[in-house]
Amino acid sequence: MSLSSLSPLGKALLFILMFLSTSFVVRAEGDVFAQSLNKLAQGGMQEREQAMLEMAETKHARSLLVLQALLDGKLLSLKSDGKLVIGVEQAEGYQLKDALTDSDLGLVERSNVAKITMTNKLRGTLRKALGQLELSAENPEIRLAAVKAMAKDADAKDIELLKNRLNQEPNVKVKEAIETLLLLDNMRSTDRELRLHALQALQALDNVEVVNRLETMLEKDADGNFLESDLEIRQKAELALKKIGQRKQVYSAIETLFFGLSLGAVLVLAAIGLAITFGVMGVINMAHGELMMLGAYTTYVIQQLMPNHLGWSLLLAIPSAFVIAGLTGIAIERGIIRFLYGRPLETLLATFGVSLFLQQTVRSIFSPLNRSVATPEWMSGSWQYNEFLSITWNRLYILIFCLVVFVLLLELLKRTRLGLEVRAVAQNRTMAKAIGIPTARVDALTFGLGSGIAGVAGVALSQITNVGPNLGQAYIVDSFMVVVFGGVGNLFGTLVAGFSLGIANKFLEPYAGAVLAKILVLVFIILFIQKRPRGLFPQKGRAAEA
Amino acid sequence: MRIAQLTQDKTGATVLGVLSAVTLIIPLFNLLFPVDSFLHFSAYTVSLLGKYLTFALLALSLDLVWGYAGILALGQGAFFALGGYAMGMYLMRQIGALGVYGNPLLPDFMVFLNWQELPWYWHGFDHFGFALLMVLLVPGTLAFVFGWLAFRSRVTGVYLSIITQALTYALLLAFFRNEMGFGGNNGLTDFKTLLGFNIQSEGTRSVLFLLSGLSLIGAYLLSQWIVSSKLGRVVTAIRDQEARVRFLGYRVEMFKLWIFVYAAMLSGIAGALYVPQVGIINPSEFSPLNSLEIVIWVAVGGRGTLYGAIIGAVLVNYAKTVLTGLLPEIWLFSLGAIFVIVTLWLPKGVVGLWQSRLQERAA
Repeated sequence: MSLSSLSPLGKALLFILMFLSTSFVVRAEGDVFAQSLNKLAQGGMQEREQAMLEMAETKHARSLLVLQALLDGKLLSLKSDGKLVIGVEQAEGYQLKDALTDSDLGLVERSNVAKITMTNKLRGTLRKALGQLELSAENPEIRLAAVKAMAKDADAKDIELLKNRLNQEPNVKVKEAIETLLLLDNMRSTDRELRLHALQALQALDNVEVVNRLETMLEKDADGNFLESDLEIRQKAELALKKIGQRKQVYSAIETLFFGLSLGAVLVLAAIGLAITFGVMGVINMAHGELMMLGAYTTYVIQQLMPNHLGWSLLLAIPSAFVIAGLTGIAIERGIIRFLYGRPLETLLATFGVSLFLQQTVRSIFSPLNRSVATPEWMSGSWQYNEFLSITWNRLYILIFCLVVFVLLLELLKRTRLGLEVRAVAQNRTMAKAIGIPTARVDALTFGLGSGIAGVAGVALSQITNVGPNLGQAYIVDSFMVVVFGGVGNLFGTLVAGFSLGIANKFLEPYAGAVLAKILVLVFIILFIQKRPRGLFPQKGRAAEA
Repeated sequence: MRIAQLTQDKTGATVLGVLSAVTLIIPLFNLLFPVDSFLHFSAYTVSLLGKYLTFALLALSLDLVWGYAGILALGQGAFFALGGYAMGMYLMRQIGALGVYGNPLLPDFMVFLNWQELPWYWHGFDHFGFALLMVLLVPGTLAFVFGWLAFRSRVTGVYLSIITQALTYALLLAFFRNEMGFGGNNGLTDFKTLLGFNIQSEGTRSVLFLLSGLSLIGAYLLSQWIVSSKLGRVVTAIRDQEARVRFLGYRVEMFKLWIFVYAAMLSGIAGALYVPQVGIINPSEFSPLNSLEIVIWVAVGGRGTLYGAIIGAVLVNYAKTVLTGLLPEIWLFSLGAIFVIVTLWLPKGVVGLWQSRLQERAA
């Protein structure tokens, strides 16, 4: 029947009808939602399932909320009148909201409500229904999660949904995920051309799911026949796997490199203060590790003082740790070390005594147990580049922090008056004294600077390990190794040494295990020092002979 | 100078006399007097003093290296622990089928780790003679290889100290690994018999004590002879003026190597005597802190005298026993204080203090 064949009156009637029907549909959506809610509350399992699907279909504004509540077990029915509510559990009972209207219903005791019971089958359906709803959610993260949830067992209906979604999806990541899923679905089809095409596209994707699927295609069944009968497709799949594998190797190498750099950053941070006291002043400070420990405990204490501002407390801890460790360092220098200049072995023993003293002090004050320092939100979690490569934030921050500290220190030594004096005293103490540099004061300040940096390193360490009295001991051998390996008196040497040892350690780990890798690195350094006793970048000139 | 030499010898002779008396009297009294007698030493006292004697031997070995050759070795504890492990392995093999799992071929921890056969390096340790040889050879070889590399490339002073510390640290990490086959974390323990004698029995303990004392006396006399020989004088000269000795035509590294290996073997013996008396050896013996404690024994006693090391080891360890018994917290404070006080005010240790008193009186 065509419109033109109708009389004008008929046309008018039709328009009225159509208008009515659309408004009816709008109203009906709300009704259907309410009805479904009703069915959900009262009906049997079969009706519930139907109700859920209906709800998902209506795309009502509250559908997603209600269904999610149902999945989380938060959808309850009031025993008095059977009304459906969403309840948040609290100590005294449930804080309720009407499922239909979202109006607040106040606090209700536990015995007054009943949970909507579910079966596993229902849960499955529900998850799927939710997935469909989530696909059109506002938040791209929710959409992405929905696509990923569908990937496990996508049926024809899901595929249809995804296909529709693909064109209107604005987010690149979600789009990519949908495309991957659709390609994987194409692999299931019987159309050979389509499959070959899909394979071609799949090999460019970095996706664990893709790898798994391709690997299953190459497997054999119990009788020794390939699960995939088509030879060409098998070959193509193999090729695709190889390509993905190569990229995966590159990514994992990048990841190892990053881990190595971050370990190196920790080593550099630990060693850089030592590079000042040991390298520039020639003082062996065995209490260096304990100064780091003081820095870590400073972080802990500040965090205890302002527990609601994690980020600020961490930032505040950096200068505080610098000051506390620095002052302790100056006290050590004035009290002990200055009497022992020119007697390095005695200095070693005396400062070791100091380290024991500091350790026991901390143990007496804070108990021998480890204290854990919380990590602020912006430092926890990781940055996922793709499925093969993710980088943890705290390690990245420490790496950046290490570089900042290094640059600051370098600038300090290069551009300030103090830096000039420090270098002068390091090069030729007597001459420096002769031209009027107060060497004793410079010694104290240099030692304070090195110790302060140890404290700052402690702040960084508190973010990656537990804070305990033995924190410093674990790093003392390592940090000496770094300084000696890099060449005493050379800050750049320390940087290079720290990073290369960190990277070497992490690249050895997959083959040798963590402990053995560490041992190998230690043995390597021991052998290296035999060959080049003055490290990677030895000091040259007359200063080196002293 | 002559007078100083004489008084030094006098102190040395006194220490030797006291040492011999203690070594003989304690086992003798325990043999002669009944258990409830006033003159009978308890098993606890005997093994405690026996432990002190092995520590004294260890300190003596470090004094040779540090006090005479001027090498501040921060890894002497590693040689001690290796000697201890060699003895521990023999004692492990002696357990035989008496272990918890009753496996006649494998020690308990290997059964626990599901190992099927003995690792190759455990073979031979069921012979006492072989184990004794290893007590000397393993620390000796390690010291030889390490020293050969280090001294030939003229690593000296603080650098040497730090790499010796790294050495013992690396060994610590290695022995913590279960895969190494030395019992990992728990080390070797639960020993039953030594040469067929019950290791817990009073008699065995007395004999072990006697042996510790005799080894210490023997090592002291031998070392005294070595340091006063021409070789010892060259070693001392190297400590004071390494370059000059080298220019005189001596091969400095060979002298250092010799004394280093000899000292490592003495440490090994000390470790071997220590293990049956305390009944356990575990990786913590390798910890850098232990090696540093040895240094402080020698520093407290007074280095470069040999008997000073013995006095220091006994003094510090006695203080440790008393203080940790009283209040464990005090010990680390005191140890830290000892380190600082000795280096600042007592560079020659207790012995130096004593001798300056004597000289004052003579003057």
